[in-house]
Amino acid sequence: MAHRTRLTFLLNDREIALDAVGASDTLLDFLRLDRRLTGTKEGCAEGDCGACTVLVGRLGPQGLVYESVNACIRFLASVDRCHVVTIEHLRGADGGLHPVQQAMVDFHGAQCGFCTPGIVMSLYALWMATPKPSTADVETALQGNLCRCTGYAPIIRAAQNWGGGQSADPLAAERDSVIASLTAMGSDRVELAKNGERVILPASADDLAEVLVAEPKATVIAGATDVGLWVTKHLRPISPAVFIGHLNDLKGIEEVDGALRIGAGVTYTEAEGAILVRWPHLAAYWNRIGGWQVRNAGTIGGNVANGSPIGDTPPVLIALDARVVLRKGTTRRSLPLQEYFIAYGKQDRAPGEFVERIDIPLPAAGQVHAAYKISKRRDEDISTVAMGIRLTLDDGKITKARIVLGGMAGVPKRASTVEAALIGQPLTEDALVAAAARLGEDVQPLSDWRGSAEYRMIVARNLLRRFALEQTGTLEEVGA
Amino acid sequence: MSIKGGVHQDLIHDSAAKHVSGRAEYTDDILEPVGTLHAYLGFSTVAHGRITSIDLSAVRAAPGVVEVITADDLPGENDVSANGMHDEPLFATDEVLFWGQPLFAVVAETRDAARRAAALAEVSYDTLPHATDIAASRAAGAPLVTPPLTLKRGAVKPAMAAAPHRIKGQMEIGGQDHFYLEGQLSLAIPGEDEDVRIFCSTQHPTEVQHVVAHALGVPAHSVTVTVRRMGGGFGGKETQMNAFAVIAAVAAKRLNRPVKLRLDRDDDMSSTGKRHDFLAEYEVGFDDEGRILAVDGDFFARCGFCSDLSGPVTDRALFHADNAYFYPDVELRSHPLMTHTVSNTAFRGFGGPQGLIVAERIVEEIAYHLGRDALEVRRANFYGPGRDLTPYHQQVTDNIMAEVVDELVATSNYAARRQAVLDWNAKGGIIRKGIALTPVKFGISFTATWFNQAGALVHVYSDGSIQVNHGGTEMGQGLHTKVAQVVAEAFQVDIDRVKITATTTDKVPNTSATAASSGTDLNGMAALNACEAIKARLAAWAADKAGLPAEAVVFGTEGVSVGDKVTDWAKFIGAAYMDRVQLSATGFYKTPEIHWNRDTGQGRPFYYFAYGASVSEVSVDTLTGEYRVERTDILHDVGKSLNPAIDLGQVEGAFVQGMGWLTTEELWWDDKGRLRTHAPSTYKIPVASDIPREFNVKLASWSENREPTIKRSKAVGEPPFMLAVSVLEALNMAVASLDGYANCPKLDTPATPERVLMACEALRSAPAPAKVLEIGE
Ligand SMILES: Cc1cc2nc3c(=O)[nH]c(=O)nc-3n(C[C@H](O)[C@H](O)[C@H](O)COP(=O)(O)OP(=O)(O)OC[C@H]3O[C@@H](n4cnc5c(N)ncnc54)[C@H](O)[C@@H]3O)c2cc1C
Ligand code: FES
Ligand code: FES
Repeated sequence: MAHRTRLTFLLNDREIALDAVGASDTLLDFLRLDRRLTGTKEGCAEGDCGACTVLVGRLGPQGLVYESVNACIRFLASVDRCHVVTIEHLRGADGGLHPVQQAMVDFHGAQCGFCTPGIVMSLYALWMATPKPSTADVETALQGNLCRCTGYAPIIRAAQNWGGGQSADPLAAERDSVIASLTAMGSDRVELAKNGERVILPASADDLAEVLVAEPKATVIAGATDVGLWVTKHLRPISPAVFIGHLNDLKGIEEVDGALRIGAGVTYTEAEGAILVRWPHLAAYWNRIGGWQVRNAGTIGGNVANGSPIGDTPPVLIALDARVVLRKGTTRRSLPLQEYFIAYGKQDRAPGEFVERIDIPLPAAGQVHAAYKISKRRDEDISTVAMGIRLTLDDGKITKARIVLGGMAGVPKRASTVEAALIGQPLTEDALVAAAARLGEDVQPLSDWRGSAEYRMIVARNLLRRFALEQTGTLEEVGA
Repeated sequence: MSIKGGVHQDLIHDSAAKHVSGRAEYTDDILEPVGTLHAYLGFSTVAHGRITSIDLSAVRAAPGVVEVITADDLPGENDVSANGMHDEPLFATDEVLFWGQPLFAVVAETRDAARRAAALAEVSYDTLPHATDIAASRAAGAPLVTPPLTLKRGAVKPAMAAAPHRIKGQMEIGGQDHFYLEGQLSLAIPGEDEDVRIFCSTQHPTEVQHVVAHALGVPAHSVTVTVRRMGGGFGGKETQMNAFAVIAAVAAKRLNRPVKLRLDRDDDMSSTGKRHDFLAEYEVGFDDEGRILAVDGDFFARCGFCSDLSGPVTDRALFHADNAYFYPDVELRSHPLMTHTVSNTAFRGFGGPQGLIVAERIVEEIAYHLGRDALEVRRANFYGPGRDLTPYHQQVTDNIMAEVVDELVATSNYAARRQAVLDWNAKGGIIRKGIALTPVKFGISFTATWFNQAGALVHVYSDGSIQVNHGGTEMGQGLHTKVAQVVAEAFQVDIDRVKITATTTDKVPNTSATAASSGTDLNGMAALNACEAIKARLAAWAADKAGLPAEAVVFGTEGVSVGDKVTDWAKFIGAAYMDRVQLSATGFYKTPEIHWNRDTGQGRPFYYFAYGASVSEVSVDTLTGEYRVERTDILHDVGKSLNPAIDLGQVEGAFVQGMGWLTTEELWWDDKGRLRTHAPSTYKIPVASDIPREFNVKLASWSENREPTIKRSKAVGEPPFMLAVSVLEALNMAVASLDGYANCPKLDTPATPERVLMACEALRSAPAPAKVLEIGE
């Protein structure tokens, strides 16, 4: 198959072409070390502080979309055919400060200033989409940005008082030429190498299937929000690396045969609308997966494939009876998601096989749902305990129960004893509390820095009680 | 008309436009000279043990490696302690004292190569028993890292025995990582002779200079240390950068090439000191009105493997264990314990918060015991006339605590809101609320009296532009902006004429750390003195030329007037230059009146006190322990503010940082003695959504420093950090509501959702209370 051996992309107002690109080269190092664009900062190199936030514009199913992402864990190779926008590119229509920057100045939004370029970039992404944001909008946009100096209050004030001019914004003005440049770069397969490391960007899902049959040991990389840390924190080799985040044919979201099919390459952000309209109980939960940048890059497919017992989507997806579709070459198999997780660190995925999509059966009458995430900090934290619940009721009695726990065992775990105890019961506080008492028969959680075993157990039990209180309308609402 | 950018104005930070556009240069952004190499460190992987063998051959053989440096390769002493105790080896040689202790450095062509090479070391150990926390350290009879302090006034034993009520309690107070957004780093560039230039993210360039000179075995004059700005410091760069600067410098001189060392965040957090954790054991005696009669307290601190700043930090904890309250008879003892952890260090408040929070807990305990609103107990115990002597025998002469609290009670609508909280909780639901008002009184000055000095260097160039240099460092607190305002005000010129340059040891020598909130107090005064010296020369010259007395020369907004002739500033300066007037001056300042005798525990360690108070209201989910701060109101005293906008920012930021300390920021060591919360993925500082849903912050605009500080302002860096204690005590109250406030839940910190839930569980499973008190009647 025809392929390109050169990485091509736009960086601010320049077209970049690179012949030597390694699998583990990060976008951040490229910006800071090779291009000396030092406005983008490194605060953690693990996607958690946002100091490295840049925008990446990509031609997706919805056309050219710019999103904020963490340059520290974004692999350079993955920005092929993208427009990378750094703080250095930001300016007002008159060439001076951009309205976001001006507001940050006027409202004293920077103290030491080290977090500031990243915060400005996150706010810039918000500004483009939401000219008049609510406090909640700003908080969501800043979930992935840490500031140790300001206490955020002046930054929120800045975002609520910034000027407009979205249509005159340079990125808006450049839009057509950017689309033309990116389109002209061509969508062939790309193969790159540097110092013995190899990179492959397949041209399509079918091409991916071929590549993986030929390279069964390759590292598949979607959003790199897990794999990025293997490199930046564990210095793990990942070559040959096969990137899939650019494959629009893995980004499908469609209803087929009573199920919502979500392509493996669909990010949290891209899935949000389709998921929440069908399962509104996931709204708050979804908002608490990673931060905004992580949701813009991270995929559901990656979350599942990664196989971690603390991944947030498996508990809720298993509760919804989702299936995972795996593909090798032209062969596909579908299995209940729960069966994919064999044991800690072990999943039912053969060499050369990849996750192609997730199928979630559509909601049906009689179902009640809930999803809970408990963590030390509300936003951008890993679950201490996660729980997905789906009960089916008939004539006031529970006929089916799916209760799935994250963070409580080596795999996402169904609470089968509790489920069994609920069958035939009414959905009452007493019934849930009684069933929850048996949770110890299903899971024996571990103690770690996120929480003690005892805390995890108490919380998980209490969440079942909370669920009953919510369902029976006896839980008071507080706060804003 | 007034000048643009004088004192007492809301001015933006001098680097604001650069911050928001990514053009502000931090140490890692400095253009590296050709040939720059990169160093990285190899770290220990046991908490305590003897090194039995160390094989670095794979490190040496790794691609890109140029050099490996061990303790044997150091030209000077293997010690980076700044306090003369010689207890802080740069590299562990025989005995390893904490997990993450540097063992060697590797220098390579790139940072990535150095980092990968460092991981290839083969080190084996005989592990020895370790004690990472206070309990284990006490149980093991661990030594103290530095001499303890006792503060004592009156006779605590008889007073305690005679008190109508007594409570004994204890409180565990967690430590805190600084989490400066910019990690530790240094760039060293070798020069001729023994010279080396160091660019380092440091709050204390002079100390870096000394420690590097010591390690290289050269005089201080050969080492120049420069810092334009830091991406946050908070105390974490007062001493902790020393080791990294030394390694860069040693490697640079050895290889005669520039060497940069920048740590990865995880290694930074694993190998640098933090806020001290404390365990306080206290006994308080009090009367029926809640008036404190006697306090007896022991303050155990997790100091880590060496002394570093633990002496003054634990001292300051005792200095603030009274907070705003008069203790008639008192004895307070510090126990700076050695532990097998990083050596804990300065952090905003410098031990003060850990002392202060115990005073607040004592007051809360009294309130629960007597069934009263804790605010009443607080007011009953404030310092006042005839009750104004601290445990260190300094008289509190500038007390405005009651005024601050009275105003805040009114503006926050405290009484009605507290009643609403009680009413809400009385319904007995799952969500519980709490509200607390806590005061802060914080002493300003370094307790090491000699640090209370500063120098400045002011140049007026012949075009009328002004360059200011001073010993303070900029870490986001707006120090340079404030000093520039002072200078603009002194010369009566617009602030655009004033440029503050990087802090560097060859412009202003023998500086103190930018710490103890003292940056503006000291450096602002030094800069002002330099300006006054130049102004005096100018006035003498102009008066002499005009045949008028010097008083006839006035520096005004329109220019300089001599008699009735006004000359534009730039022209005036140009003429002075042509007439050979010296247009450059140094300035010096030392804080007057302070003295402190540590042996007797008596003196006046503080020039003045800063005051503040906050009210926080929280709601707690008693099924999960999760909570929200619904509203916080703050009134804080910064004297007559030099720059209210910047001061307000300091107050807001400090409060949120304090909240993080008391809520979600948890340092968690595993049973092997390894810190497991060593990155933002596991160590959770507040994010935007954690701040109070309603956040009303005000400065006490009526306040003026009674002491003649710079323009009657007060220090602002540290005091507002402690305003966050109101969040902790509000959480405590929400939990207490579960058994009708009969018990003080004594939440330890950080009050993570887990600690809050466990406190709820403890009350729920406790036997029903004998008496249910209606508090706040
Ligand atoms: C700051 C931060 C916060 C985070 N917070 C959360 C959180 O709150 N909850 C949570 O669950 N996770 C969280 N994560 C983890 C991560 O974001 C998720 O697991 C994410 O869904 C991974 O998706 P990805 O596309 O980035 O995967 P990648 O990192 O690209 O890949 C992850 C793994 O899946 C494999 N893989 C990816 N796609 C496929 C495929 N189609 N077929 C086969 N294998 C594949 C990769 O080879 C790799 O093993 C966080 C990560 C970061 C950095
Ligand atoms: S550097 Fe912290 S998120 Fe990238
Ligand atoms: S301004 Fe310093 S970290 Fe945000």
